[in-house]
Amino acid sequence: MLTWRRLHVKASAVHGLLTSRLVTEQHTWVHGHLPLCQSLSTGTPVRNDFFKDLEAQFAAARQKAADAMPGSSWSPIEINPNLPPERADIVIVGGGVVGWSIAYWLKQKERVRGALKVVVLEKDPTYAQASTVLSAGGIRQQFSLPENIHLSLASADFMRNINDYLGVLDEEPIDLQFNHSGYLFLASEDVAHIMEENYSTQRDAGAKVSLLSPTQLKEKFPWINTDGVVLASYGLENEGWFDPWTLLNAFRRKAMSMGVVQCCGEVTDFKYSVNRAMTTEGKSLDIRRIKSVKVQMPNSLEYQPVECAIVVNAAGAFSSKLAQILRVGSGAKNTFEGISLPVEPRKRFVYVFHCPDGPGLDTPFLVDYSGVYFRREGLGGNYITGASPEEEKEPDPGNLEVDHEFFMEKIWPNLAHRIPAFEKLKVTSAWAGFYDYNTFDQNGIIGLHPLIPNMYFATGFSGHGLQHSPAVGRAVAELILDGNFQTLDLSRFDFRRLLNQEPMLERNIV
Amino acid sequence: MSAHLMSLHRCCQRSARLLVAGRPWSSSSVSSPPLHTRLLLFLTQRFYDVEMLLRWRSQQGQRRVQKKNAYYSYTQHFHGADIAAAFYVLSLKGGFRYVGQSDWFHTDKRGQFNWNFLNHKDTPLEEVDMSCSLISYSGLENLVGQQSLRTLSLQGCPEVDDWFLARLHVFQDSLEELDISHCPRITTGGLAALRNLKGLRRLDMSSLPGLSNPGLVIILLEEMLPQCQIIASGYDLSLSQEGIEERNEQHEQGHESDKSEKQAIY
Repeated sequence: MLTWRRLHVKASAVHGLLTSRLVTEQHTWVHGHLPLCQSLSTGTPVRNDFFKDLEAQFAAARQKAADAMPGSSWSPIEINPNLPPERADIVIVGGGVVGWSIAYWLKQKERVRGALKVVVLEKDPTYAQASTVLSAGGIRQQFSLPENIHLSLASADFMRNINDYLGVLDEEPIDLQFNHSGYLFLASEDVAHIMEENYSTQRDAGAKVSLLSPTQLKEKFPWINTDGVVLASYGLENEGWFDPWTLLNAFRRKAMSMGVVQCCGEVTDFKYSVNRAMTTEGKSLDIRRIKSVKVQMPNSLEYQPVECAIVVNAAGAFSSKLAQILRVGSGAKNTFEGISLPVEPRKRFVYVFHCPDGPGLDTPFLVDYSGVYFRREGLGGNYITGASPEEEKEPDPGNLEVDHEFFMEKIWPNLAHRIPAFEKLKVTSAWAGFYDYNTFDQNGIIGLHPLIPNMYFATGFSGHGLQHSPAVGRAVAELILDGNFQTLDLSRFDFRRLLNQEPMLERNIV
Repeated sequence: MSAHLMSLHRCCQRSARLLVAGRPWSSSSVSSPPLHTRLLLFLTQRFYDVEMLLRWRSQQGQRRVQKKNAYYSYTQHFHGADIAAAFYVLSLKGGFRYVGQSDWFHTDKRGQFNWNFLNHKDTPLEEVDMSCSLISYSGLENLVGQQSLRTLSLQGCPEVDDWFLARLHVFQDSLEELDISHCPRITTGGLAALRNLKGLRRLDMSSLPGLSNPGLVIILLEEMLPQCQIIASGYDLSLSQEGIEERNEQHEQGHESDKSEKQAIY
C-alpha cells in the first residue's frame, strides 16, 4: 500500500513539474523518430498480441461451455436483460416519488429480509415528463383539511431525519438542499375569514403558523405592497422548498439497496379474472382481479407479462389511463361500475425570472390571493413563479410547451402589483409540468377501488404529491401489509367519497 | 476497535509523511480518505458481517444522541420546566446562568456538576452555553419554555443542523446573541430561517464548513438582519482566483504551509 502511494505521489510530482516540457518533446518524437519507433515494435509485441488473443479466445470458449452446462441460466435465444421479472408480489406502476416512497416503505415494513418481491415500473427513465422533478418543490402545512396538515407534518419529520431513513452505508449523506423559508399566504377581505378558520385548524394539528396583520406584514417584509391584503398567514417552521430530484433519488437508491427491482417499461394491458357478484338489490357486479401486468418495453415490440398479487397505481397524471384498461368507470352513473378515476393531467407553467433588486434571503414562498405564487431560487436574484389558470382556460395537456403569453397577461401584472420591485424583471427560462389533477375535489385518492380488489390507488394529489410522498408511501404500505392505516388515518381519502358524491374540498384562499 | 485503528492510522500518516518529504497531507483538495476508512470500506464491500457491524455501530451512535436529547418530562413534572431545562443543559455538559444571577453553573470535565441549581425553582434561564455538546433538534424541546433566553452558544455542535435553526423561532422575542460557529451541518438554507429572530443583536457564524458562497451569504444576512452584528471569520473572502491558485501550486511543489493559511483556504 505504502509503496503504491509513494509511486503515485512521485508520478504526480513529476507530472506537475514536467508537463510543459513533455508536450514539446512529444511532438519532435512523433515526427523525427518515427522509423525508430517502428523498428522497435516489430519483434516481441506481435507475438505477445497473438498469445494474448489466443488466451482471450480460450477464456471466452471456456465461459461459453460453462454457461451451456445444465443448471445455468444460459439459453440459445438472446434474452433482453432489462425485462422485468416474470413474477412479483407487488408491482408499483409509476416510478415517481410516490411510487418509490411506497416501494421503500413496503421494504421497510417487511418482517423478513426478502419476503416481498417489489417491482417498480417507470415508462420514462429520463423523467423528462415526470411531475416530481418538474414541480416547484415546496412543502407547507397551511392546508385546511387536518389530513393534509398531518401528512405535511409527517413528511417534514421524515425529511428532517432523512439520513436515518434513507441513508445508505458508505454512501454520501443526503442533502435535500432544504430552504427553511416559510409560506406566506395573503388574503383579501373576501377570504380572510377562511384564513382564520384554517389557521385554527392548523394550530390544532400542531403546525407552527402565525397570522399577520397588514402592518405587521409591512414591517416584516417591507418590499410587499399590502394594498388589498387584510390578513396574512406565515409558516414559521417545517415549511420551505427542497430539491425534488434529490428526494426521488434518495428513495430510489435506498429502495434498490433493500432489494426493490426497478424496470423500465409501460403497462399496456392487464390480464384479469372476472367474478360476478350479486348485490342485495339483485344487481350483478363484475369484480375484476388482476392476474398479470403486461409490460411493454420502450422502443420495441417486446413485452413481458408480470404475474403479481397486488398492483399499486401511482402513475400520477396518467393513472386514469391505467384504470380505464380495467374498465373502471365504464358503467352507468351512481353505481359501483360508474365510479371513474377523476384524475387527469393538467399542464402548469413555471417561469424563472431574474430581478437584481428583488427581495433577499428572507423571501418566503409567497402565495397571493390572486393565485400567483413565487419563491427565491438560489442567491443570485433569481425567482420562480407560476399560477393556476382558470378552469375554462386550461392549456392543452398534450405537450409540455410553455405559453409565454400567460406570464405576460396573468402573472406579471399581479406579481408587479404585489411586489413593486418586480416591475423590472427578465424571464430567463420557463418549463411546464403535469399536475395529477383530481377534478372531483383536488385531493389525493388513496385506497382500493371497490371493484378491483387488488389494485391500490395513490394518485390525484393535484400538486401536493411531492411534499406528501413520504407519509403517503407509509400509509399505502400500511394499507397493503397491515390491512388498515396505522399511523395516520387517511380513510377519508378513499373511493367512498366518490361513490357518495361527497367531495373533500380544501378551503383555499386562492 | 476504533482506538486501535486510530493509532494505526496515525502511524501510517507519520511514515507516509516521512516518505513524501514534506507534502502537506490533508490540504490537497482531492486527498483520499484516511487508511482505516478505506480499509473498512474495502471490508464492507467484501463481507456482509462487517457491513452489519458498521451499520449497528452507526445505529448505536444515533441512539446515543437520541437518548441524550430525550424529553425530560419526569423532571419537568416534579421540578418544573426551568429546572428540567437546567438539568438538560448540565447533563449535556453545557453551562447556563439564571435570570438575575451573576454566577454560571457549569459541568466540569468529568461530567460532574453542582446540584445547587435545584434551589432556584421557577427561575428561567438567561444564558445557555451548549458549545461542543450533542444538542439536537429533539433536545431543543427541553429549552422551548425558556422565554427569557437571551444568549445561546452552539459553537461546534455536530448535531445542530438547518432544522434546528428553523426551530429557534420559539425564542424570537428574547434571543439577542447566537453563536453557531464551527457547526458542520449548517448550510445557507438554514440561515434563511434566522429571519424570525427579530431581536438578534449579535450572530457569530464563523467557520461554517457547509456554507457555499460565504461572502454572498454574509452580505445577504446583513441585509436580512440590519440591527444584528454579524461575526464571520475563517472564510477566504478574497475575490481574486490568483491567490487560491498560488497557494495550490505551493502545495503541489511540496512546501509545508503553515496552519493559519490552511484554515483560510478550506
